[in-house]
Amino acid sequence: MHVVVLVKHVPEPTATWSFADDLTLDRAAVEGRLSELDEYAVEQAVRLVESGLDARITYLTLGPAKAVEGLRKALSMGGDDGVHVVDPAVHGSDALATSLVLAKALQHTGFDLVLAGMASTDAEMSVLPAMLAERLGVPQVTFGGDLAVDAAAGTVTVHRDGDDATEEVVAALPAVVSVTDRTGQPRYPSFKAIMAGKKKPVQTLTLADLGVAPEQVGAAAAGVVVRSVAVRPPKQAGQVVVDDGTAAAVVADFLVARGFA
Amino acid sequence: MSDPAPQVLVLVETVPADPATGRSGTVRRPSLEQLTVARRLGTPAALVCGPADDDVVAVLGQHGAATVYVVDAPEVGGYLVGPKVDAVAAVVDRGDVGCVLVTSNPEGKEVGGRVAVRLGSGIVTDAVDVQAGDGGPVATQAVVAGQWLATSQVVRGVPVIAVRPNAAPVEPAPVQAVVEKVDVTFAPSSLGARVVSRTPRATTGRPELTAAPVVVAGGRGVGSAAGFAVVEALADALGGAVGASRAATDESWYGHQFQIGQTGKTVAPALYVAAGISGAIQHRAGMQSARTVVAVNKDAKAPIFALADLGVVGDLHTVLPQVVAEIARRRA
Repeated sequence: MHVVVLVKHVPEPTATWSFADDLTLDRAAVEGRLSELDEYAVEQAVRLVESGLDARITYLTLGPAKAVEGLRKALSMGGDDGVHVVDPAVHGSDALATSLVLAKALQHTGFDLVLAGMASTDAEMSVLPAMLAERLGVPQVTFGGDLAVDAAAGTVTVHRDGDDATEEVVAALPAVVSVTDRTGQPRYPSFKAIMAGKKKPVQTLTLADLGVAPEQVGAAAAGVVVRSVAVRPPKQAGQVVVDDGTAAAVVADFLVARGFA
Repeated sequence: MSDPAPQVLVLVETVPADPATGRSGTVRRPSLEQLTVARRLGTPAALVCGPADDDVVAVLGQHGAATVYVVDAPEVGGYLVGPKVDAVAAVVDRGDVGCVLVTSNPEGKEVGGRVAVRLGSGIVTDAVDVQAGDGGPVATQAVVAGQWLATSQVVRGVPVIAVRPNAAPVEPAPVQAVVEKVDVTFAPSSLGARVVSRTPRATTGRPELTAAPVVVAGGRGVGSAAGFAVVEALADALGGAVGASRAATDESWYGHQFQIGQTGKTVAPALYVAAGISGAIQHRAGMQSARTVVAVNKDAKAPIFALADLGVVGDLHTVLPQVVAEIARRRA
């Protein structure tokens, strides 16, 4: 079985981010890391193999040159190889174009199970797995709080924690699955594992390798144009009181004055 | 978009009627908010996937939906996302749909994303405001953990916009809704992820978290599952919902479905009370749009105080019950 895990190299969440002149996130200006939420997908893939699934694990990323750092982090957690789609024409792509390139890349690598995190920690759209399922014509099993693969039956089963109910969802493979941060703490790779990860093969692919024309991606092909970005005006710092036994009365006064109580 | 006022299609979220209790079906508040947005952009229309009883149709008409499309097939409840994508596409295929609005929650965004792929349309998610503009709707998004505001326009296809709860007010705008039943042929690939069992959760009786006007949330400082009693008591005194930080849900002190933040719910209530929550960036991403914030935390250096209109440096287990008592005393 071939498990392909989608990983994204994102700006460090605690860093200060900025936007370039073309209103895209300035990825060169900030330290990056493997998106924390993708680590849960990596962890699930590695656990599947550890629990006896006969599978090869490939990590797939799309991004500029330094996105390979995300692949290396994933490879240090386990798995077999990486695929890095890198092409200057991709810069400025929206979710539509990103899903097009990743779908082509998945057709290139082949897959039985595509695993993804619940969102990237930069764009935070959470739409990519669904878009990939649509493009690939395979089931989407998203926001799994757990994951079980039955290789003999060729199925994947997850439980989803909804607002009104918990659901059990089953799909036939091949399928696109996303998992949440409830699936289990990602491992922290040892020094030895980090070194081993550096030696695993990473293949680099361009759009031409995937049969995607440059005019199908990038800002010019985007279905969405960003008109402006601005820092949200900082909130006026409010009153802070140290509780000396009277703070509750201050809070109650405040709530009454604002019409909440 | 040849018609001067094309339809703006809202994918409606309903709570179906419950025959066991006799409760009739209702429309979730974010869908009514989207009808307000739809009126700014064109002629509001609604799409109900599942049963649309008279009460649901009446509520949609009261909020301006001139046409209520109904796709009532067992597939929409039996499979994830795919059948609803087919339903939206079927309505759009009839022509005269200038924009599709969905709720910016996991399911709404996924339906929207797939519809966008199928229509070759641009998609904007997490809109906190949508206004009519030259060349189509202009959506405002809170990006980068809510620290930046971006405005965007869809420039290709029928715009698909996922709108966050509380992005617009609910406004009455009564029209006589016409019901149109739509027969949809579901694609085999839309019926891939089968829901094999569904275990309903007990309801809390409190307002729904993402739509509630008041949210009282507890974090690490609450200290235990039992400690949430004081958080719940204040929420009930204010008629609000209860939320929790990831620290609290990871400890299983409170249900994961109540988690507020990057990997949980995004809320934008009129009042947010943060009790024992330090205010890490991942948490702020989920509550940054709250209009008024009150924070109670033992640590005077907690980042949540930078967001707070009123901050109390103190023990929530002391302060919260006193606030509840103060409110009760003033009402007596």
